[in-house]
Order: sequence, then structure tokens, then C-alpha cells
Amino acid sequence: MAKTVVQEFTKGLWAEIPPFRLVLGLCPVLAVTTKVENGIGMGLATTFVLVGSNVLVSLLRNIIPTKVRIACFITIIATFVTLVELLMQAFTYSLFLQLGIFIPLIVVNCIVLGRAEAFASKNKLVPSIADGLGIGVGFTLSLAAIAAVREGIGAGTLTIFGNTFVPFGDAYMPFAFMVQAPGAFVCLGLMLSIMNMLEK
Amino acid sequence: MRELIKMVVVLTVLTAVSGGLLAGVRAATKDRIELQVLTLVKGPVLKDIFKDASNDFIADRFTVTHNGEEITLFPAVIEGKVQQVALSASGGGFGGDLGLMVAVDIDTGKITGAGVTTHSETPGIGSRAKSEPDLTQRFVGLSVNETFKVKKDGGQIAAISGATVTSRGVCAAATNAGQIYSALEGDIKSKIESLSL
Repeated sequence: MAKTVVQEFTKGLWAEIPPFRLVLGLCPVLAVTTKVENGIGMGLATTFVLVGSNVLVSLLRNIIPTKVRIACFITIIATFVTLVELLMQAFTYSLFLQLGIFIPLIVVNCIVLGRAEAFASKNKLVPSIADGLGIGVGFTLSLAAIAAVREGIGAGTLTIFGNTFVPFGDAYMPFAFMVQAPGAFVCLGLMLSIMNMLEK
Repeated sequence: MRELIKMVVVLTVLTAVSGGLLAGVRAATKDRIELQVLTLVKGPVLKDIFKDASNDFIADRFTVTHNGEEITLFPAVIEGKVQQVALSASGGGFGGDLGLMVAVDIDTGKITGAGVTTHSETPGIGSRAKSEPDLTQRFVGLSVNETFKVKKDGGQIAAISGATVTSRGVCAAATNAGQIYSALEGDIKSKIESLSL
């Protein structure tokens, strides 16, 4: 483990960017990316859970018995998710209404459990924080990017923090397919192929 | 054996700590969440039905106990005194429970306004009960002591065409609200006097 903290952080932004490179956690990726705002909100909620669970798992890695580690990880993750849910209800209620069921579903997001199992349970505190933060930011950016393409093409608008932009002008006729569920698969596939092309 | 004990201890401590933490956060955010729900779910409906009110009816809310259940009421101050009070009740719609806010004139016992707060009706069909005020307007001027029914069931309320089940749910909710109000009328009036708004 000769990687520096910076490397642990930046790997989440390109080399291991969650929905594209790890191809994990696709449920929220496909479901909430109909609006840029929702994508960012979901990404930030997941980032909070990721960093929180990575910190605790890393701190407790020598205490948690190997045989019950998954149960312990899930308890930690579920605690953070419930925390996020309560805080979102208290402070950003309208966003909570938009994301609804997908907030409690962060518990079963493979990215969070994946980072706890594959990284935080084997590494010290600081690299674990960097890892959680990097993957979280990468996840947020990916969600925002997918949402921007889907909302821009599918609805002809971009909603960011309550402000709505019209990228192609009012004359643009929205291609509604993109904001529906199949459009999410098509969009994800196309973006993944573009990333692969850039890699070569 | 030692390993077994360790597993049990670690899991027990972990779940106990997280349970305690969440209970704490829940207690700390409870009031704020309630306020958020009131402002963002019930607030817009209340603003619609209390157009002339001069007070902050969400901040002035009070509760009265009905059959062991706490009922939240919103008083509206019009021309210097509390003239109307709103309460919410629910009825079974097409897609689940449907919440209705009903405002009552405390002197005449007549409904002065109503609006749907929460629902899970079909978008574009049953959801018109919330988006178009036509249906809820039909309750205005009727007495809280009536049992509301759609015309198809021999009642007095014309249903939204294509959304009879939703309209029945709204009628049931209005009837419930009326019954709760009638049962609590005395309590509500004495509470309003003690509030000195």
C-alpha cells in the first residue's frame, strides 16, 4: 500500500469512478437521475454515508471479528443512512420528497458495502477517509453528468439548486425517452462507451 | 468459545450504540421535521383556504385529544378574532389514504374551505382532486354535521368524472373531519379562548 492519500482520493474520480468503472450501485444511478438536482442530492447523501462508514469501519477494523464483519458493516451503514434520512427530512424536506425511497436504499448500495469490505477494513483511518471521499465525489459527479444529459435532452431543462436553465432554447422539443427508465440504460451505456473510447 | 463471546459482545455493543444514537437524533430532529411537513405539505393548502387570515396559523397551531389521539388544529384570525379553524382527516382513496384539510367557521359550524394535502391517486385522473380545486370547493357552505357522499351514492357532492373512487375518498375524509370537529367543538372553542390570539 504505497499509494498516497491524494492517489486514494483521485482514483475515485476516474480510474475507479463508481457507476462507470466499478459498475456498482446502479439502482440509484438509473432511478434518480431525471433531474440534475436529484442526482447531486443523492450523490452527496451517499458521500456522507460512505465517508462515515469508512471512518468507523477503519477505526473498528481490529475489533470487529472476521466472521460477523458483514453484519457489523451493515449495522454501521444503516445507522448512517437513517441519520441522513432524518437530517434530510429536517433540513431539505423537498429534496427528501423527490428522492423518497432511494435514501433508505443507500443501505444496500453495493458501493458503500464494497468500500467498507474492500478498502476500509484493511486500511488506516486517513486513507479510508480519502477513499470514501474520492468515491463519493466521483459518484456525485457521475450522477450529475448522467442527470445533465438525461434532463437536458429529455426535458430540455437543467435544474440546479432551484434554478432552472434552458440549454437549447425554448424552441427545443424534449426527447422524453431520455427521462424514462429505458433512457437511463441507454444514457449510461453510451457514456461508458465514450469513456472507454477516451481511455484508448 | 472466546471467539463466540467476542462476536456476541461486539455485535450487541454496536447495535446498542447505533440504536441509542439514532434515538437521540430522532428526538432532536422530531420537532423540526414536524414543522417542515406542516410548512411544505399542509402549508400551501392552508394558505389557499385561509386567504384572509392575518396570523401565522402554522405557528399558532394547537392540539386537542380525541379518543386518545392528538388532533392538530390551525386557527385563522380574521378581522382581529379567530373565526375559522382547520383540521385534517383522511379517507380511503383509489391508491391509498387521502389526506384532506378542512376549515370550519366556528360560529356557524359550516365548512369554509377544503384542500387535499397528501394522496397517492393516479396522476392526471385522481390527482385532479388536489390540482383542480373544483371538487373540494363543493364542500364550502355545507354543515360539518352532514355525511358527505357522491351523487352516485345518493349524496350531495358531484364527483370528478372518471375519478369516482377518489371523490368518495375525499367525501369520506370530509365526513371524518366533520365528525372529529363536532365531537371536539366544545374543547376547541375553550382552547381558542385560552389562546388569546
